[in-house]
Order: sequence, then C-alpha cells, then structure tokens
Amino acid sequence: MSMYEFATGPLVWIGVLAFVLGCIYRLLALIGPVKRDKVIVPYMSWRYSARSVLNWLTPFRTRNMRMRPFFTVYSFLFHICLIATPLFLAAHVAIWSRTWGFGWWSLPGDLANLMTFVVVAAGFFFLLRRIANPAVRYVTGPGDLGLLAVVLAPFVTGLLAYYQVFDYRTVVTIHGWTGAIWLAAIPFTRISHMIFFPLTRGYMGSEFGFRHARDW
Amino acid sequence: MSKSAPRQQIPQDVVDAGLDETIKKLTPEQIAAAVQRVLGPESAARLQVYLDTCVHCGLCAEACHTYLSRDNDPAFAPVAKVKDTLWKLIRRKGLVTGEELRDMARIAFTECGACRRCSMYCPFGIDIAYLIMLVRRICSLLGVVPLYLQDTTNSHAATMNQMWVQGDEWIDTIQWQEEEALGEVKGARIPLEKEGADIMYSVIAPEPKILAQLLNYMAVIFRVAGLDWTMPATDGWDNSNMAMYSGDFEIMGRVERLHWETAARLKVKKVVMGECGHAYRGAVYDGPRWLGWRRPPIPMLHAIEFYYELLKEGRIKIREKFKPRVTVQDPCNTVRGLGLGEKLRYVVDAMCENFTDVSPNREHNYCCMAGGGTINCGPPWKRSRMLSNRVKAEQLAKTGAEICITPCHNCHSGIEDIIGFYDLGMHTRFISEILVQCIEIPEELKA
Repeated sequence: MSMYEFATGPLVWIGVLAFVLGCIYRLLALIGPVKRDKVIVPYMSWRYSARSVLNWLTPFRTRNMRMRPFFTVYSFLFHICLIATPLFLAAHVAIWSRTWGFGWWSLPGDLANLMTFVVVAAGFFFLLRRIANPAVRYVTGPGDLGLLAVVLAPFVTGLLAYYQVFDYRTVVTIHGWTGAIWLAAIPFTRISHMIFFPLTRGYMGSEFGFRHARDW
Repeated sequence: MSKSAPRQQIPQDVVDAGLDETIKKLTPEQIAAAVQRVLGPESAARLQVYLDTCVHCGLCAEACHTYLSRDNDPAFAPVAKVKDTLWKLIRRKGLVTGEELRDMARIAFTECGACRRCSMYCPFGIDIAYLIMLVRRICSLLGVVPLYLQDTTNSHAATMNQMWVQGDEWIDTIQWQEEEALGEVKGARIPLEKEGADIMYSVIAPEPKILAQLLNYMAVIFRVAGLDWTMPATDGWDNSNMAMYSGDFEIMGRVERLHWETAARLKVKKVVMGECGHAYRGAVYDGPRWLGWRRPPIPMLHAIEFYYELLKEGRIKIREKFKPRVTVQDPCNTVRGLGLGEKLRYVVDAMCENFTDVSPNREHNYCCMAGGGTINCGPPWKRSRMLSNRVKAEQLAKTGAEICITPCHNCHSGIEDIIGFYDLGMHTRFISEILVQCIEIPEELKA
C-alpha cells in the first residue's frame, strides 16, 4: 500500500476512530467525578441548560455577540463551515460510499470551495486577533498557535489539492495526515470545547436559571 | 509572547501585613501541599473541564470592570487573572515562591469582586469567579489573606458576626432602635426571640455596628405593614459571612449553619434578609452547598422581593413620592444571582418620581467593586479599588442622578467610595431609607 493509499484509506478510519473513542473516553472519565459530585449535578436542569445552549448558538442573541458583530459573523461562519465542509464534501462522501457502499448528500463543488476559504479566512482573523488584541495576546501561548495550525492545516491542504498546487498525490497524502491529526486532537486538546460546550454552558445556564436570571 | 504585555497598572506599593508578613513563613513545599489539596480532592470534575474548555479567546475581557477601568490593561482581563494564578500553579504543580503567591493573592482578593459578570460573556459559561475562588481558598489555607479581610473572618470565628459585636451590644442596640421607632410609629417593636413568628429578619453586622438607624426603619415598615416578625437575641443573627470570600469555608459553614439553626429554633415560616447581597448568597447558595443541603431549610426572601410584595399587595402605601433624581445599582448577588432586576425597578418606580436607569443594567450591570470581599481588604487597597472601577463612575455620572439606590451593603459603601473618589456629587441610599421617608403612616399609628 502506498503512502497515498494509506492516507486516503485506513488513515481516515484511524482518525475517525481516534475521534469517536477519544470523545467517548473523555465523557466516560466524567462519570466517576459526576457520581461523587454534590455541588453541580443537583443544580443541573435540562430546561435551563437547553435555554442557555440555544441562546448561545443563536447569532447576535447574547450581549457579547452584539458588542462585536464582525467577530460574531466570522466566528459563526468558521464553526459552521468547519464542521459542514468535511462532512458534506463530494470527495469525502465518495470515500465513504467506496468503503461502506453508501454515501449521502454532498455540497456543490463551488460552495464547498467557498466554505473552505471561509474557514481559512476566519482562521486568519483568529490569528490576527491573537496577535493584535492585547488581551488575547496576553493569554496566547505556543499551544494556542499550534492548535490553530492543527485546525487549519487540513483546510489549507484541501484547497491546495483542489487547485492541484504542488504534486497532487503528495498534497492529498499530507491532507489525509493533517485531517487525521485534527480529528484525533479534538478530544484531547482544547478543541474538546466541541464536546464540553453543552456541559459548561448548560451548567452556567442552570445556575442562572435556578436563580431566576438570564445568562446571555 | 505574553511577556511583552504592559503591566504598568498593577499596584506595587501597597503594604498589607496579611500578605507581606505571612508569605515569609512559607516554603514552596507548604504552598505546593495546599495547592494539591485544593486542586485535587477539593475541586470536582468541573475544574478539569473548565481548564480543558477555555480556548484563551479573551472574550471575557470586556465583561470586567477592572479591565475597562484600567484602560483595557490585558493583565486585568478575567482570563488573564486565571492565567497569572491558577494556570501558573497548575503548570508548576504548586511550586511557587512566597512572592509569587503574594501576587496571586493580590489578584484573587483585590482585583476580582466575584460578581460573575464574566461568566455571562464567556461563550462556554466558564465560572471564572469560581476559579478565582479556588485561588483564594489556597491562600486562605496558607494564611495569606489581606489583613482586614482576615480580621472579619476572625470576628466570625469568635463572635459569629462580622464586626466583633458582642451579645449584650446586640440586644442593647436593638432596644435602642426600638425606642427610636416608637418615636415615629405607635406600637413599633423589634420583637426578640418570638417563637413561631411568621418572619425572622436577618441583618448583617454593619447594621448594629455603624448603621443602627436601619433597624428602626425596619421596625417602622414592619409595624405599618402589620407583620408578625422577630429577631434572635442570640448569635446567629448575622450571616454576612466574609469567610465565604476569604476562602475559609469551614467558618463559612459554621456561620450559615448557626443562622439557619437559629431560624429553625424560632420556628419561623420564612426569613427576610435585609439589603445585603452576599449575605443572601451565603445563606441560600454557598452555605447550603457546603453543608450538603440542596436548598435552605426555610424559605428566604431578599429585602427587594419583600418590599416588592408589600407594595404590590398594598400592605404599605406611598404617601408622597421621593423627588430627587435617582438611579440604581443592580447588586450582583440579587440581580445576577436572584433575578430581582424587575422587582427592584418596580420598588424604585413606586417610591421615586424621577428614576433614570443605568446602562448597561440588570444582569449586565457593572460590579460595585466592593463585594466579594474586595472592600473588606480595607484601606491599603482602597485606591487600587477606586482605579479599578472608573467605569462605574462614568456610568453613574451619565444618569445625572443625585441619589444612587443601592440595595446591598457592599454596593452601598463601595459606590459611596466611588462617588467621593470621582467627585460625582451624589449619594447612596438603601431602599429602606427612602421608603420610611415616603411611607404612608395610618392616622391611628402616628406617634
């Protein structure tokens, strides 16, 4: 098996498996502490958690989002495109159907292309913000820049492959590797906010709800 | 990267024996042991999740009055305060020097009012005030606490109230204020130890100590409303609980337990808490959790809610509305912490003719920078505290009000300080102070 075949075949599954198992592991690891807990879980409420999560997933719903409209727009676009593009990219869906014999709806090529550009551009704004905004720069370490690189790498290499810049097979091989690293990194780095967001938000929403107050 | 950030705003010359002297006796090993105890067995899964979830985005920065007031100095953003304390302690496994710990204590005790506004700006809802409270807990275990704040905790430990009020002084003050109330209203009483009364009224130590008139105002209000109430003659009348903010949770628990046991002994149906925010927080949230109770054993009503009900039900009526232009301070613990923003405005509108609201308001109002134990850090830190809340002065000045209604003891003192420091030409008032001025006293009760 060539490097190219490995990167577009087994490596994809290794990445997906690492992501799924990693997330399961992180959530299972919470069971013990949650069982012992007496100060958080009794105050968690489904209703207030859902209320808080929904408010914070609605653009411009919170005061902080309204205070910084440009950030709100590119941050939402970034997250939506970041999740939707790899899932619904025609070339990716082709891999699923080749392996499993079934695929799903895929994005029109031009739109997927645009969405990838949005991810990279928004990522660039995140980077710019990290450097230019003193409050963000103060708490930025090498890890934060590394994380941004891990997240953006599959998208940049994806674009390079799409436009066939450099050697196509080499770029796709790198794309496969960066994608797998990105997937595997989700549960074990701060990208885990993807799985913890509903929990932390839900808890704060419950605390505020329990106190008859709004948290947005 | 972070080293290049300017830190010129940090107060360097404050002398506080509670920090300066105590750190001299500590070894890095002792510090590490306290850190490991608090970050290990004492903190639940929540800490790890918070640390893993924070993406260092800095979106909390503009939530903080200290950051806004100090010209957006990055060191004053909530996340920066966590970085300079908890992140450092964790990275170094608690092995920090006394000097470094002093710096962390300064941040945790004097630059955060635990108002929780930042949790409403963090997209993940990370409870940053809780993270800061962990640092206070570590400092408290090591005895590194601002001297004035530690004194209030010591007072709680010895007298069960915040200001060294002795048992006889308490009863004496109550009786003195009962006489004062009798000068206003016939039959006004402050019933002590009345078992089975409908209401136990709770106050905090500054009332008998320095603001005794507030007690006779309540006697007038209770008399006019015709309510059956009582106050304890024993310890357990004060639940202001500075120990909750100094990090001495053992004493915090003792104070709250005694307060609720006193209410239970008097067999009251409910407790009405005077105009104090953190006492409410201690009694209803932090105390019960420490004691392993989901909710307090007896319902507690905060003064704002109490006045709201009295006015709404017509048990008290307004004779003539208060004329001067007023504005209002939404206390963190009763507005963010209890959702009383609307009821507060109902009460203010009912009492006052000219009300100009602050902006931002309700849950989004700026902290008074006195609560959370910051004002209790005392005179050494006052200047720093004032510099940390210029944004409040600007906000109040915009209202053009003569009076700022502050239904919380910390807000009341803290905002009066800000008014003086920034020369705003206004004053703070409790709701009860205005209420007794405007209340309609029925003919048969007139003294």
